[in-house]
Formats: sequence, C-alpha cells, structure tokens
Amino acid sequence: MEFDWSVIWAALPELLRGARLTILIALAGLAGGLVLGLIAGLMRAYGNIVLNTIALIYVELIRSTPIIVQVMFIYFALPLLLDVRINPLTAAITAIVINAGAYIAEIVRGSFLSIHRGLREAGLALGLPFWKVLVFVVGPLAFRRMIPALGNQFIVSLKDTSLFIVIGVGELTRQGQEIMASNFRAVEIWSAVAVLYLVMTGILTLALRLTEKRMRIL
Amino acid sequence: MSIVAFQRVTKRFGAVTILDQVDLSIEQGEKVVLIGPSGSGKSTLLRCINALEAIDGGDLVVDGLSVRGGPGTVRAIRQEAGMVFQQFNLFPQMTALQNVAFGPRRVRGTPKRQAEEEAMALLAKVGLAERARHYPGELSGGQQQRVAIARALAVRPKLMLFDEPTSALDPELRQEVLRVMQELAEDGMTMIVVTHEMAFARKVGTRLIFMEGGKITVDGPPAALLDQPDNPRLREFLQHVH
Repeated sequence: MEFDWSVIWAALPELLRGARLTILIALAGLAGGLVLGLIAGLMRAYGNIVLNTIALIYVELIRSTPIIVQVMFIYFALPLLLDVRINPLTAAITAIVINAGAYIAEIVRGSFLSIHRGLREAGLALGLPFWKVLVFVVGPLAFRRMIPALGNQFIVSLKDTSLFIVIGVGELTRQGQEIMASNFRAVEIWSAVAVLYLVMTGILTLALRLTEKRMRIL
Repeated sequence: MSIVAFQRVTKRFGAVTILDQVDLSIEQGEKVVLIGPSGSGKSTLLRCINALEAIDGGDLVVDGLSVRGGPGTVRAIRQEAGMVFQQFNLFPQMTALQNVAFGPRRVRGTPKRQAEEEAMALLAKVGLAERARHYPGELSGGQQQRVAIARALAVRPKLMLFDEPTSALDPELRQEVLRVMQELAEDGMTMIVVTHEMAFARKVGTRLIFMEGGKITVDGPPAALLDQPDNPRLREFLQHVH
C-alpha cells in the first residue's frame, strides 16, 4: 500500500476544524472542571460532614462509572429526566466538566492536605481568617504540587473528547471517521488524526513543563 | 486587669485530659517561663491562649476577650498574642521580608510599601536586614526563627507566645534566638515561653511555672525555684534538663 500524502492535504481543513472543536471542548471543559474540582476538593479537605459527604458521593459516582456512560446519560437520559433539550456540544463540555472535576477534586484535596499543618497554624496565629490562609498561604504551595497531576488530567480529558463521536459532535475523531467513511483511506486519515492529537498534547505538556519550571516546588 | 486569665480551663484529647481545671493569671509585662515533662500540657496551655486549641471547659480571657467568643473574637485575640513555633513555620514561597510584611498586609490591611518598610525595620531589629531578600530555605535555623519572631511582632501584639523556640536548633544557633528574645523582654514585652533553657528562665524570666499531669504544681520566682526546688518532682525534672 502506498502512503498518499495528497489525501491528507485534502482532508486537512476538515481535520483542523475538528481539532479546533476538540480544543474548544477541552478548554471549556477543563476550565469548568478546575472550578468544580477546586470546590469539591476543598469540600472534601475542609468541609463539615455534610459538605464532605456530598463531595465524596460526587467523586465516587464519577470515578466508578465509565465516561462513555456519563456522556450517554447526559445526552440521552438527562433530557428525558429534566424535560430539556441539550445540544451535543453542551453535553460534551458538561461531560468533561463533571468527569474532570471529580478527578481534579482528588488532586486538590491531596495537595492541600499535603501542606504542612504548621504553615496553616502560622497563618491563623497571625489573626487571619481561614479562607485567607487558604488563599495566601496554603493555596499557592498546594498549587505547585498539583501541576504534575493536573497535567495528567488535562491530557486524559483532551483525549476523552474523542468519545463524543458517539453523540455526533464534529470533533477531531468524528471528522476523521467521516472522511474515512467517504474515501476509505484509513492509514492516511488515522495517522493524521493521531499526529494532530500528539501535537495538541505536546503543546499542553510543554506549557505545563514551563509553568512547573517557573515555580519551584516547595 | 490580667492580660491572660485561665478560669478552671479543661482541655481533653479524646479520653485524655491534657489541662485539668487550670487557673492562671498573667499580668502585663510578666515574662513567664513554662516548664514541665513532655505531655504535661505546657504546649497545649500555650496554644489555648491563641485558640489554636479549643478549650473544653472553663473560660480563658485574653486582653478582655474570651477564646469562646466566636471566630471574630478569636482573630482579635490572635492579633494581640503573637506566636513563635518550634519549627519556625515560615512561609516558604515568600522571602524573609514578605514573611514579615505578610501579617500587616493581610491582617491589618497596611499598604504594601508601608508594610515592607516596617518589616525591614523589624528585620534590622533581629539582625537580619541583609537577609531580607532571602527565602527561608536559604537561611539557617536560627535566622529562620528570628524572622519568625519578626513576623509575629509585625502585627504589633501585646504579648508573645513562644512554643519551644530553640528546641529544633543546634546549640550554637540557640544563643542568637535567645538574645533576640531577651532584647524583646527588655523592651517590656509580655512573654510566655515554653522552653528547656534554664539559663534563659533564670536570666530573663520573672516567673517560673512547672506543670505536670495537666496541672500547675509550682509557680514562683525563677531564681529561687531553680536554686532550691522544694517540690520533689520539680527537683527531679531539673536534674534531667541540667
């Protein structure tokens, strides 16, 4: 079999459109996932029994079910339960937010609790309210420790967007599948798709490396 | 009015009673040295004063404010009672100067510039002006502890609590910390110090308190108690620390 580069050039505009959607879903999903994960993680780390239990149930529910089931649930079951219409893109972003949020919650909890208790006490002993101790003392230290684990999660979530092929979101994998279905050039198309994912995760990895380098882990 | 008043204060950790109905009054200007065997409750007693430990019974009034008065009152008490820890607990992501300026900036809302000027003056006072831009990890233990003292002073407390401030230091580094503490005492600061430094107790202390089993069993002038301890447990304890 001959590798036909012209197939890739022809497909590239559509693949790039897919990649753009992949990036959009990943960015929006991870931004939301960070916020949700931060809230749930802090609830787990410092919340009273009620807050802690709510966050625990959320985290366990998400971690214990496959993401594809979560996607299907959000797109097909939720509209029936709540009597609303959800478009595929919203469903996709929501799925990433909820899924990444659960994993990020554990990353946040672990890193906040790993910060030496004495630093928290030193902040409190100055007369600061607890939230200020978290924001100005514990948070900045915990954030440094989160970076490697967050990097993992960002990459996993970015690749998880390929699952949205099942609900018809025109992201990169879906675009590849559609082109392939019309020209049957599996080798060229799936190679190109793989390389585009590599480029995206590569840039993400590089960005995280740089951030990590600029902030010493203390 | 006493600056610190324990009224039948009880503190338990689970089934263990750490402080057993302690009564204690400390007046402004006193330099109280707290000693006792490990587990006797001396650190806990200190940590109850700024409410890092919550009390289970009785009442504890600091500068007219009860530690049971709720979060706002507790924060006010902590601003009046600075604390220095055995492990220094400097914020590692901040320079010495930022550590000292942190309290005024985030607690009192002092503008950054003014806070840093005052911080610089405090660092000079503890002999570390030229180390202002260094991070804690770049300082010796003795230097870190002196920064920690400056950090606590920056909030302008009325009294200072020292929790074994030299126990984590090598002998040659202890003196520089003790010297700063002595200067602070000479400036008239009210101080409560948990320590094993008997020379410091004798030289700087105005009052020596010996604790055992969650109770204060000896309370009096340091020199007399150290020279002629009539309490047999204190006598035994002093033989071990000397």
